[in-house]
Amino acid sequence: MTAAKIEKVSIVISKGSLDGIYPGLIMANGARAEGIEANLFFTFFGLDAIHKARHEHIKLATVGNPGLHLATWVGGLPGISSVMTHYMAHKMDQLDIPSIPEFVEMIADTGAGLYGCKASADLFGLTKDDLIDQVKDIITVGEFYDLAAGGEIIFT
Amino acid sequence: MSTTTYAGRPVDVSDEGFFVDPGQWTEDMAAQIASAEGITELTERHWQVIKFMRHEYENKGTGPTVRVLGKTSGVTIKELYQLFPKGPAKTAAKIAGIPKPRGCI
Repeated sequence: MTAAKIEKVSIVISKGSLDGIYPGLIMANGARAEGIEANLFFTFFGLDAIHKARHEHIKLATVGNPGLHLATWVGGLPGISSVMTHYMAHKMDQLDIPSIPEFVEMIADTGAGLYGCKASADLFGLTKDDLIDQVKDIITVGEFYDLAAGGEIIFT
Repeated sequence: MSTTTYAGRPVDVSDEGFFVDPGQWTEDMAAQIASAEGITELTERHWQVIKFMRHEYENKGTGPTVRVLGKTSGVTIKELYQLFPKGPAKTAAKIAGIPKPRGCI
């Protein structure tokens, strides 16, 4: 017996760093490319990915990130996060990986639904006007589960 | 791999239904493949994408991803998903008789 095909995914993006946001975006875009229905739910600092004023300034986390293979104290030096982000952006550009604002817009164009988390929006004092136009709504966790019904939930 | 018949001729396809040898493909097979993918009518816009897939494959040896299609085929991402709701790059590659494009973005 072959395993049933995945028909629908709901992806939660909860982190606001570059390395915290890209994986969820790649999974959402990849789902749509396979014809899988996809919804994205941005919560906590993940909201920065759809924040009009902030989504162009997402930075790589250089503190507490052993994957960078830098001495711990180096990650905290002033400007290191910007330098590393710039370096990463350059590498991604060479591979034709879109920037976060472009990628989010592209994912909305694929027909995926983008949603903000109400608890987080309240916490940060954000309204729908603070978020990019492609965001369909700010919803509660209960509404998220309604949307996610019948599919897989992926938390990033 | 298995063999199927399009336009009255035998064709080798992968387990997922993609052509193993794009040389076996002819334009008159497209409508039949599309219909199996749920696309009842191939419009001029569908054909623009299908021909672009063939062209890219012939030049690069691999089919383009949705992002590349959106940037270079002359059809926007939104319209690509309207034309091929079950995944533009994947579906168009199948109809165009080329292997499934590989790429994460």
